[in-house]
Amino acid sequence: MSANAPTEKKKGKAVPRTAMPEQPASVRVTNFNEVTLGYTPEMALTEANRCIQCKKPLCVKGCPVEINIPGFIKKIVEGDLHESYKVLRETNSLPAVCGRVCPQETQCEGSCIMGKKGEPVAIGRLERFVADTFMASDACEQLTGTHACSLEHEGLKVACIGAGPSSLTVAGYLSSLGIKVHVYEALHELGGVLIYGIPEFRLPKEIVRKEIEAMKAQGVEFHTNWVGGKTITVQDLIDQGFNAVFIGVGAGLPKFLRVPGENLIGVFSANEYLTRVNLGRAYTFPAVDTPAYTGKNVAVFGAGNVAMDAARTAKRLGADRVMIVYRRSEKEMPARLEELHHAKDEGIELMCLNAPVELIGDEKGWLKTLTVQKMMLGEPDESGRCSPIACDGQFCDIPCDMAIIAVGTGSNPLMTNSTPGLELNKWGYITVNEDTGETSIPNVFAGGDIVTGAATVISAMGAGRRAAKEIARRLLG
Amino acid sequence: MPSRILKKRSLIPGQTSELVLDAPHIAAKAKPGNFVILRVSENGERIPLTIADTDKKAGTITIVYLVLGKTTAQLETLKEGDDILDLCGPLGKDTDIHKYDGPVICVGGGTGIAAMHHIAKGHHMAGNHVIAIIGARTKDLLLFEKELKRFCPEVLVSTDDGSYGHKGLVTEILEARLKADPTIGEVVAVGPVPMMAAVARTTKPFGVKTVVSLNSIMVDGIGMCGACRVSVGGKTQFACVDGPEFDGQLVDFKELSSRLSAFKAMEQISYEEFKKSHVCKCSH
Ligand SMILES: Cc1cc2nc3c(=O)[nH]c(=O)nc-3n(C[C@H](O)[C@H](O)[C@H](O)COP(=O)(O)OP(=O)(O)OC[C@H]3O[C@@H](n4cnc5c(N)ncnc54)[C@H](O)[C@@H]3O)c2cc1C
Ligand SMILES: Cc1cc2nc3c(=O)[nH]c(=O)nc-3n(C[C@H](O)[C@H](O)[C@H](O)COP(=O)(O)OP(=O)(O)OC[C@H]3O[C@@H](n4cnc5c(N)ncnc54)[C@H](O)[C@@H]3O)c2cc1C
Ligand code: SF4
Ligand code: SF4
Ligand code: FES
Repeated sequence: MSANAPTEKKKGKAVPRTAMPEQPASVRVTNFNEVTLGYTPEMALTEANRCIQCKKPLCVKGCPVEINIPGFIKKIVEGDLHESYKVLRETNSLPAVCGRVCPQETQCEGSCIMGKKGEPVAIGRLERFVADTFMASDACEQLTGTHACSLEHEGLKVACIGAGPSSLTVAGYLSSLGIKVHVYEALHELGGVLIYGIPEFRLPKEIVRKEIEAMKAQGVEFHTNWVGGKTITVQDLIDQGFNAVFIGVGAGLPKFLRVPGENLIGVFSANEYLTRVNLGRAYTFPAVDTPAYTGKNVAVFGAGNVAMDAARTAKRLGADRVMIVYRRSEKEMPARLEELHHAKDEGIELMCLNAPVELIGDEKGWLKTLTVQKMMLGEPDESGRCSPIACDGQFCDIPCDMAIIAVGTGSNPLMTNSTPGLELNKWGYITVNEDTGETSIPNVFAGGDIVTGAATVISAMGAGRRAAKEIARRLLG
Repeated sequence: MPSRILKKRSLIPGQTSELVLDAPHIAAKAKPGNFVILRVSENGERIPLTIADTDKKAGTITIVYLVLGKTTAQLETLKEGDDILDLCGPLGKDTDIHKYDGPVICVGGGTGIAAMHHIAKGHHMAGNHVIAIIGARTKDLLLFEKELKRFCPEVLVSTDDGSYGHKGLVTEILEARLKADPTIGEVVAVGPVPMMAAVARTTKPFGVKTVVSLNSIMVDGIGMCGACRVSVGGKTQFACVDGPEFDGQLVDFKELSSRLSAFKAMEQISYEEFKKSHVCKCSH
């Protein structure tokens, strides 16, 4: 174990965090290729050596699925990437995805001891490095050494509704235990927000597809174009003899602003815009048939990951000017730090302390002008963020021919309304037992955004894992 | 999941066809008023089409389409035995069907006649006396007269050029009927936006409940994108999940027409490219 030595030597020394190579901003705004290019083996080794292998690793507490972080990093240092990958897969069925999209600064890296004085270990980048290395080969074989991954428990079957990260985690976990899982997805592609929401330049769709292929190899059966509550109901599934049902349909109901002019042509919900571009691959139009309209002067309302994705997408589709219009200040923006930095590098303008009050169109119904009102910050509200207050009489008209609304989503009632006896909270999200993920209907579980409201990939996966464990416990004892 | 085309019938050569699709899981659930979203090819767009009929025993649904652009033109190239790549449904709210003492009038224009057929059938099954009023530019463009006659005691026809039935608009027949019969329970209209708007204007003075089926642009069809939003009674509604049927008196038809033109320029590019690359066998 001589390779282990450098870890010890470097203990306490302030080696800087290894930078991530990325496409230059001026180049990447002209394409949809991934912005960050990934570590080379040398970079990964250097970065892995920064981890001091804490006895009581704080980082693990910060990870919602409690990856054995020092464990997988140690294997990188030892040069055993195969083992490292196995450690990741013990608790995380989508490491290549999480390494890219987790808000690490508030999760694992936010808790890393190295961050107390200097910079935290780049856990997410290392996770991505290991997962990407192994993605190249058959995941099933990597895990078990054989092509046929799992033995089936005759007669046991579980259904998942929706194919986002929460359901995929349930499917991955249970199928690795040899339980048959059927996943029913409304859209024609699998992956949920990973496919239709998060853009190609941040999460290449090939990665999501590969992860899903690995699950198919493990025996999971996927059914696309099946709408829960329409094509199939929870009761139908129970009647068909499924031992348990997991609902992971996400929080896909787009919120609008309720300002005049919102239905003008050129005004999109971020969901529509991103679905057209990602699911419909409209960025390659006319090679594909789904069109996405591109404006010259684009305003994006909101400042989370969704807003950043929409803004950067519009820039890539040729907009001259893209503005993030936000009621609060930059400090309050909820987006991942890296996304905010990337957006600014790409020339996205931040119009903080402004709120849209009206959208004005021409006689044909096309958006032409945006009226915003100046805001100022008041006292912190219950969320701890300063609440914005409108400044009387301070309005401003901005030329704007496209607006994208990214101010959050709510619970989509399509599934929940068609399930009698399913208990919902006052916002329409499903109420579950926090320890098991079980809903008010016995053996029907739920997790992810449809329980918590819009959250993160890894928290949806954490919820999937919790439910899957409980299902496995009940079915296998 | 791909769906096999079991039968194809050309209704208006090169323009409108009827497909019977093998889709037992959709047929089992489909009710009048529902639609499907389909995709013809890997690079294709998702488009909504109304379920014009179902046969639950055979496990089939029927769709009828008008060739309007790239996707419908591509659909028209498919033959019996071919598969439709993606077929998703049934979507949308079911038609709200009650038993009325008086007749129910179902008005259909153009391809909307086929879509209206399933609703009319639903009213018939509920025991209503259904009067169908159908219209087209000319006799050759008229659809589903025979199918409607199977269960509608009256099928009234108008053509713009007078080549068949009443010369003029469906709304003229409708108005005469509303004047003559004060017991009409409900009017349903499916067709081009100007026709549905005209039907709503016609019924307004009579105070008869008027249902229209809106065809706004859709992407997912399950309430996740808001592309299909329409203003109804001043409130924004999603046609795919809150509709597609709404109270005709409350719909902002002007906004609907305008929103339908949002992608005109790009749709034309798609269609032109398709026509260039595809020698159309149907145009002669
Ligand atoms: C643009 C965007 C960017 C984001 N960026 C990040 C990020 O950088 N990092 C991060 O951690 N999180 C991010 N998130 C949030 C994260 O993606 C979600 O929290 C997560 O995907 C939730 O997972 P889920 O399994 O609950 O549902 P989803 O991913 O929403 O998947 C639900 C699936 O269910 C399907 N479905 C819906 N209704 C039905 C039905 N009736 N029947 C069958 N199927 C149905 C949907 O089509 C979808 O495929 C982002 C979200 C968006 C929209
Ligand atoms: C609920 C519903 C039911 C419908 N039922 C039928 C039917 O039974 N038969 C029929 O012939 N047509 C029906 N339509 C209309 C049909 O969806 C469009 O004609 C079709 O999408 C045209 O696609 P295209 O690529 O051939 O033409 P394009 O050139 O893309 O478009 C032609 C016109 O069709 C409309 N359109 C385009 N894309 C969409 C879309 N994704 N969703 C909705 N409208 C679009 C626009 O107004 C456009 O200008 C229905 C629409 C809705 C919303
Ligand atoms: S899954 Fe996310 S939070 Fe957990 S270690 Fe990986 S990047 Fe960090
Ligand atoms: S807290 Fe940081 S240094 Fe400690 S084990 Fe975790 S990653 Fe390594
Ligand atoms: S089509 Fe997306 S919400 Fe109706």
